[in-house]
Amino acid sequence: MVQFKTTGSTRPRSQKKGWLFRLYVAGQTARSIGTFRNLKRICEEYVSVPFKIEVIDVFKSPQLAVLNQIVALPTLIREAPDGPPLRLIGDLSDTEKVLTGLGLRP
Amino acid sequence: MPTKSTNNHKLPKCQTGIRGLDEITAGGLPRGRPTLVCGGPGCGKTLMAMEFLVRGYRDFGEPGAFMAFEEREEELIQNSASLGFDLPRLIREKKLAIDHVHIERSEIEETGEYDLDALFVRLESIIDQVGAKRVALDTVEALFAGLANEAIVRAELRRLFRWLKAKDVTTVITAEQGKGTLTRHGLEEYVSDCVILLDHRVTNQIATRRLRVVKYRGSTHGANEYPTMIDEDGLSVLPISSLNLKYPVSRDFISTGVDRLDTMLNGKGYYKGSSILVSGTAGTGKTSLAAAFVDRACRDGRKSLYYSFEESPEQVIRNMGSIAFDLGQWVRSGLLRFEAARPTLHGLENHLVNLHKLAEQFKPEAIVIDPVTNLTAVGDFREIRAMLTRLIDFLKNRQITAVFTSLSEGGSAMEQSEVGISSLMDTWLLLRMVESANERNRIIYVLKSRGMAHSNQMREFLLTDQGIRLSDVYVGPGTVLTGSARLAQEAKDRQAELEKTQASALRHRELQQEREQLQAQFCAIQERLRGLSEELSVVAGQETERLSAAKEERRQMVTARRAD
Repeated sequence: MVQFKTTGSTRPRSQKKGWLFRLYVAGQTARSIGTFRNLKRICEEYVSVPFKIEVIDVFKSPQLAVLNQIVALPTLIREAPDGPPLRLIGDLSDTEKVLTGLGLRP
Repeated sequence: MPTKSTNNHKLPKCQTGIRGLDEITAGGLPRGRPTLVCGGPGCGKTLMAMEFLVRGYRDFGEPGAFMAFEEREEELIQNSASLGFDLPRLIREKKLAIDHVHIERSEIEETGEYDLDALFVRLESIIDQVGAKRVALDTVEALFAGLANEAIVRAELRRLFRWLKAKDVTTVITAEQGKGTLTRHGLEEYVSDCVILLDHRVTNQIATRRLRVVKYRGSTHGANEYPTMIDEDGLSVLPISSLNLKYPVSRDFISTGVDRLDTMLNGKGYYKGSSILVSGTAGTGKTSLAAAFVDRACRDGRKSLYYSFEESPEQVIRNMGSIAFDLGQWVRSGLLRFEAARPTLHGLENHLVNLHKLAEQFKPEAIVIDPVTNLTAVGDFREIRAMLTRLIDFLKNRQITAVFTSLSEGGSAMEQSEVGISSLMDTWLLLRMVESANERNRIIYVLKSRGMAHSNQMREFLLTDQGIRLSDVYVGPGTVLTGSARLAQEAKDRQAELEKTQASALRHRELQQEREQLQAQFCAIQERLRGLSEELSVVAGQETERLSAAKEERRQMVTARRAD
């Protein structure tokens, strides 16, 4: 079982270059862990820029869910210096859709 | 005790504080359960949800959590401010929490399985922030628009409603009405405890709102469509409050304002809390009679409300001044309140709610509606009748005596009131014009007055600069004389009377003279009689003397002759 560290606060956009993934999950459930694993795999395979993954547990920080308009879980928000944030929901099991959502497929 | 145990098993209710809604739901929404409020756009769903929370704290001390899917917090605050709800203050005092949920489908890529745990977390968060007992979800259906996987949304909503029940919060869930269904997405399948339908329709260019309790599991409820309105105090529903005719009755009286009319009724006037219909054709003095009523009520220190559909307050005051009713003084002293509006200003319901509110705020003991027939401009007879039934029930419950004037059209039967409302009325006064000898004169009579032995007499109804005066009509063989014909007849009667008096005086004098003559004759005869008696006694004396003188002479002659 892969363990991941969750963070309680989001730092300001410090990624001068590269992508920041914020993954919102609810607790360390099988789905949370599976989603995290999917994300990591896709990043390693397809993302060529430097990236960083932050996992946020909305059970621990509900205010972040309010602040970032999170409704469905898991939600992945990708922040990049050269574009608007992208939002993906679901367990990231459909790789093609993830790649479309991240703009890595035409 | 059996009654106690039924009480224990009774469905607990959560009062909404919304005027009228608690009455038709027999105490409020089901406590601890979700209630679905559905209706078309602009029917007041959001308002009802917000009012449920605001009144919940204001009237019952229960904090609320509002989850808005359509409007942002600032918009909600602005929209509610126009209804007198100070949301920022409630939020500051931690009695209300609002969370705006924004979902934009085009911004979201769905990449697999998901759930709506974050929504639960957010909802729980605002519930816990204020310790909410009441929750509103407006409009949860936005989830269907925002998320592509309908199966997940349905499953999650089902879970949400179960979760809300477990949380023991009373929830109002709003939903858009669908074509031929209560809600567009069939939410009524999940929220089946209580369903309320709001409706907003326009008939004859006048908008009316209605509310219906479609279903209420485990509770009795009014099943009708109830007129509803939204004004600066929020939502009001108008139930027919006394389906069972259980209003209090009084044995006290309130003067009609015309002494002789009081006499015609029973010596004291109308029953307090009764409804009086004053009907008549144009210009028969209906408004004057109504003015007399309020004038007297104010004089007796009773607060009165004059609801005018035809004339402005100034005009009524001026006109009534001409027959010695100074209504202006009562307005200035605060005893009398005028409310004047064209009937077409708004729908019947609004008029009704307006009256309700005025009656509640101002608490009058007497009320005049002048004329009730003008409402035909905004509703058909059936609707007006329904409205008046509601109004009369309301007024009776509050023991407010009400005078309704009703204009009869010239052509129709006099004893048929225009809107078929006479059966609702306790007392019916009829004003009529009588034409004779090139004159039109007013007469008044009591057509009915429940619970009192009223006069069966017609009276002439005179509007004078000293007020209203009733006078006897001249009832001759087959005719009723009024106006100058009556005066002429009365003069004739007086003349005849005078002649009769004079004749009898003459006869009296004649008899007296005759008696005096006889008396005189009688005296003369008595005089003669006395004279005769005296003469008689003189004559008798002379005879005695003569006899004794003759005797003496004989004796002397005997002595002279020396006879023995």
